Amino acid sequence: MIRVELAKLLRRPRTWVTIALLAGLPVVVGIFVKTSGLAPPPGQGPALLSEVLDNGLLFPAAALAIILPLFLPIAVSVIGGDAVAGEAANGTLRYLLTRPVGRSRLLTAKLWVVITFIFLAVVTVALVAFGAGIVLFGIKPLSSLSATALTPAETTIRTVLSILYIGWSMLGLGSIALFASTRTDSPLAASLATLAAFVASQVLDLIEATRSIKPYLPTHYWLKFVDLYRDPILWRDVQRGVALQLVYVVVFLGLAWANFARKDITS
Amino acid sequence: MSEAVVRTVGLTKRFSGGLVAVDDVALDVREGDLFGFLGPNGAGKTTTIRMLLGLIQPTVGTIEVLGKNVEHDLEHALRGVGSLVEGPGFYPFLSGERNLAIFDAAGRDGVRATRRSRIHDTIERVGLGGVGDRPVKAYSLGMRQRLGLAAALLRAPRLLILDEPTNGLDPQGIHELRGMFVDLVCEGTTILLSSHLLAEVEAICTRAAMMSAGRIVAQDRVADLLQPTGWVRVVTPDLEGAVRVLQDGPFEYAPVDHETVRVHLGNRPSELLNKAFVGAEIRVRELMVERRTLEDVFLERTGDGEIR
Repeated sequence: MIRVELAKLLRRPRTWVTIALLAGLPVVVGIFVKTSGLAPPPGQGPALLSEVLDNGLLFPAAALAIILPLFLPIAVSVIGGDAVAGEAANGTLRYLLTRPVGRSRLLTAKLWVVITFIFLAVVTVALVAFGAGIVLFGIKPLSSLSATALTPAETTIRTVLSILYIGWSMLGLGSIALFASTRTDSPLAASLATLAAFVASQVLDLIEATRSIKPYLPTHYWLKFVDLYRDPILWRDVQRGVALQLVYVVVFLGLAWANFARKDITS
Repeated sequence: MSEAVVRTVGLTKRFSGGLVAVDDVALDVREGDLFGFLGPNGAGKTTTIRMLLGLIQPTVGTIEVLGKNVEHDLEHALRGVGSLVEGPGFYPFLSGERNLAIFDAAGRDGVRATRRSRIHDTIERVGLGGVGDRPVKAYSLGMRQRLGLAAALLRAPRLLILDEPTNGLDPQGIHELRGMFVDLVCEGTTILLSSHLLAEVEAICTRAAMMSAGRIVAQDRVADLLQPTGWVRVVTPDLEGAVRVLQDGPFEYAPVDHETVRVHLGNRPSELLNKAFVGAEIRVRELMVERRTLEDVFLERTGDGEIR
């Protein structure tokens, strides 16, 4: 069943168009930064972009920071929201369940689809940015954000850690999307509901008045992956981010399962 | 009596809005039946079928399919079942064959070694030979319906549950399909065929249940449901003479047109009437015992054909 679902994901043109767009945007940004020579000053614009003129090896991290605030969450919401509701809208859900495929098994397979898409997207973006970074900016022995030197090998390890952290962060959102997807027969409604949760979290995270709940907002620690590029690595917020996402993943997957296991399928 | 293939006891579904869609239904489909499941739109047929397939949870009642309790052992109950519920569902960008392969591979019992040949044979059987490699989005409504049937037939199920399978087909296609259902039953498949077309069920089914407003109002062999009405229709060129004979006799009668008269014989055999006419030298062209249609039975049992 998992194999079948992954084949459906990988055979779908939409998957590859989405990933191409995700990987393309940072490259476009990179080309403009290179040709103009104007990187945003530190503290402004996407995280780490200020550093890439000095070091192409940081470009994968900058690319992830470019897609993380909006582009990637949208893609995850669309794929996750489509997971179950898309089958319902298509009329295929009843035929999968009467095939028979157990409901837990179907939901598990859909979870693997979301996980696969997230990591496929993040890894592709990082690899494309890695190539683009070398071509555009070259490799120099370079400074970490804390102004001590990081070897290229160390930088690469930190990029791998960033990929894992961002993938895990996206899975929190993906779990919300899966839950929404079991609540409706419209994939559009499920995706929009997920995006609404995402935007609400971002807005609440912007203002000062919500200080008391900020540490529990799903998006609060997403950009803390930049701490992985400090020397030594600043683990505190990264660890909190991982733990917080674990709560979101467990709660929303639990809700999705509880809802889907005994739901009347009328699609 | 042959083995029960579908048996429900006290099956009831009350939706969260309070609507009781299915009310104390006891279905009894036996091995080898071509079972007609009749009723107007909204009578609860589809809800019942969805409960048989584990898609909807019953509020009360038990369901056995192929000897397995659906609530406790859905996976095993459904392994021997092929179904078509409220129209086919496919991935439009993939070919017909690819769609069948996906559904076959999705379950645990789709034997991989035979998949290609099974798909090929089934596609041929439903009359889609030569178009199996086209994407489903290019299919007509009738072709999709046939592909849905192919998906149901792919693993040679013991029980086929078909909800309005002739929707969207032309008369030629409907005729072909009916022939195929009869062939399948001869091969040992049991078919539960839901339909709102009474004539369709009358034409091919061996047993039938009628549903109205969530309840079963009749369930029997079709031949037993179609009892004689007690009326005999006589066509004769000597209508006046025939009426004179009937005036002297004990039977109620009613002329229909200038050469037809209906005579109420009740349970008495129609040869009595023929003998009386022949004795009076009345020429009888036709003498036909009137039988109920399923429509008559349905109207009798429900009082009306009201659609909820």
